Amino acid sequence: MGLKTFKGGVHPFEGKELAMDSPITEVLPKGEMVYPMSQHIGAPATPIVAVGDSVLKGQKIAEAGGFVSSPIYSSVSGTVKAIEKRRVAVGDMVNSIVIENDGQFNEVSYQAVEDVASLSKEDIINRVKEAGVVGMGGAGFPTHVKLSPKEPDKIEYIIANCAECEPYLTADYRRMVENPDELVAGMKIILQLFPNAKGVFGIENNKPEAIAKMKELVKDEPRMEVCELMTKYPQGGERQLIFAVTGRAINSKMLPADAGCIVDNVETMIAVYQAVKNGIPVMKRVATITGEGITNPSNFLYSMGTSYAELVEAAGGLKGEPEKLVSGGPMMGFSIFSLDIPTTKTTSSLLCLSKDEASAFEPIACINCGRCVEACPEQLIPSRLAKFGNLGLMEEFEKWHGLECIECGSCTYVCPSRRPVAQSVKTMKKLTLAEKRKK
Amino acid sequence: MSDLYKVSSSPHVRAKDSTSKIMLWVIIALLPASFFGIYNFGLRALLLILVTVGTCVVSEWIFNKIVHKKNTIGDLSAVVTGLLLALNLPVSLPIWEAVIGGVFAIIIVKMLFGGLGQNFMNPALGARCFLLIAFAADMTNFACDTYSGATPLALMKNNAATEGVALMDGVNSFDMLIGNTAGTIGETSAVAIIIGAIILILAGVINLRIPGSYIVSFAVFMMIFSEGGFFSAGGFDSNYLVAQLCGGGLMLGAFFMATDYVTSPITPAGQIVFGICCGVLTGLFRCFGANAEGVSFAIILSNILVPIIEKATVPRAFGVVKEAKKHE
Repeated sequence: MGLKTFKGGVHPFEGKELAMDSPITEVLPKGEMVYPMSQHIGAPATPIVAVGDSVLKGQKIAEAGGFVSSPIYSSVSGTVKAIEKRRVAVGDMVNSIVIENDGQFNEVSYQAVEDVASLSKEDIINRVKEAGVVGMGGAGFPTHVKLSPKEPDKIEYIIANCAECEPYLTADYRRMVENPDELVAGMKIILQLFPNAKGVFGIENNKPEAIAKMKELVKDEPRMEVCELMTKYPQGGERQLIFAVTGRAINSKMLPADAGCIVDNVETMIAVYQAVKNGIPVMKRVATITGEGITNPSNFLYSMGTSYAELVEAAGGLKGEPEKLVSGGPMMGFSIFSLDIPTTKTTSSLLCLSKDEASAFEPIACINCGRCVEACPEQLIPSRLAKFGNLGLMEEFEKWHGLECIECGSCTYVCPSRRPVAQSVKTMKKLTLAEKRKK
Repeated sequence: MSDLYKVSSSPHVRAKDSTSKIMLWVIIALLPASFFGIYNFGLRALLLILVTVGTCVVSEWIFNKIVHKKNTIGDLSAVVTGLLLALNLPVSLPIWEAVIGGVFAIIIVKMLFGGLGQNFMNPALGARCFLLIAFAADMTNFACDTYSGATPLALMKNNAATEGVALMDGVNSFDMLIGNTAGTIGETSAVAIIIGAIILILAGVINLRIPGSYIVSFAVFMMIFSEGGFFSAGGFDSNYLVAQLCGGGLMLGAFFMATDYVTSPITPAGQIVFGICCGVLTGLFRCFGANAEGVSFAIILSNILVPIIEKATVPRAFGVVKEAKKHE
């Protein structure tokens, strides 16, 4: 008791022990690098290099395509080989810049700042924007937009999402254990923007070592604290995390800022620190390469644009014939067709499952057992929403709050009849939103 | 392109629970009551149990064969229906009537409406009510080797209507708790049923929303309106209330039949409303009806109300409450 959490949720098999003790090691990219122009929410970036150009590591190769967009930097030195459509993890073909890596890693010089505290708010936001920082937990929402709410004085909480509630993933955990100072420095910079806010690190209690490390570091930071959270999926869901930390509930039509909160993931805060302090753009991040089908589950600091295949190779390759490859966690990640797909700013993991539990069972009739209702962190009736979805009953779907679904997948996870509940709801949500946009 | 990996929409992992496992838990939880029934009423009780279970499973299998549907007996729900039906029958019921009950439960109440998950009425209770009307005499004949006849509830109803006889004459509420009374095979022992209920709760199969609200609302109703209630001539009689709670299949109904997933509301608030409906209707039937029992009819009537209850109790999604307040 006493641990903060939300209502509902599930306790999937954690699988974190596979990679949790493997220290972060850097993987230097070898082959060609692919940089999709859409690695974030919002307008795609616009290439500013041409085929045949030679580029340096750290050089901007694509400009933000609008305010809600983000620039992209090359993480290697080499020559632009092509600008063409390439397949990305979510399955789409996306316009991408392909760079032949010369293996030299000749780098541009970055503009570091001596004293971060002397920077103005505009300077900080500009440096975040220029560096191409986006929400690296998976959504990829441009961070400079998040850091520019209408009323900055009304922001009371900056929440670092250190929950890492997806099973198997350990990248954020390793960051907290190995680079907690950078995380705290990132938080400090963001707090500089919001004079009335306090910084809270929300960490699930299955990471005692990270909690101890972070507590030690924030001891002397009057504006920061560590909040221990119950280990439960989806504790790291934005709305669930805000509720656990502040007791405030927001719905799909509200922004965290409406509840006086801004939520950023561990990797994002570290990127903010690197961008503002050292002037280093987003080129590298940590991802977990793990699962029963990986020879040596690892946490890698890799260069974005590297193919998944290279990361798997660095982790000792595949163990036997894998059943399914997932970019991201097992609950919300995207399964991928092949390993020949580029990593992006939002790639937090590659999971190699040795059995495919999603298709291993034939779905049978819904028996109305209500397990999905108990599990739903949004207090919806998933089985009913799925039924409305399958029948195309849009009006009913909205009336039963279908649009509030956060697509966490807990309902499918618990369904004893093995029905694709979340999948039906997600599809209907997309259709309903598309229909609403038409009006 | 043959070397592509499998893809599907997330999530990619699943919990271990399965529908047949849930059904198995229900069967296990019904074993104490079944064993007590066999101990109390003799081997004929076992025969009836085997007959109804067999009839239910075979009916489902044949139905699926005839309509060319995939076989569904593996989900074990037909076994649960058969077992529940048997526990709701008097031990002296002719075998052929029990067979008709099993066929009715599966074919008419369940399969014709679309099979598992689609029936709007609990199959076992539907069949019991059908048998009660079709074979009224056999279904209310509780005389057997061990007991001479009337159930405790019928006795109390008689006593209340007879001048000069104490309300609890011939009724021992402790016997009712243990189950040494006349009644249907599985309903007599409150203790055995509660042991089963605890198994179901611990296994996470049911929660207390429906049985809790059912039993509490029934108790409150009886305290107000019954012959042993606060406003009756004889004043409140706690023994009478215990007898009412233990008798007439109330425990079996509250924990095993009102909680039937398929025929109860899925909304948490709706489950409480549903429990109250069952409780009030049972009380109404017992206090003012011609029959001493009423659990079966109360539950199937409440089953019919489920769609309306659900519509009225759609929960407000997380965070939506706050927004509504904001606009005031």
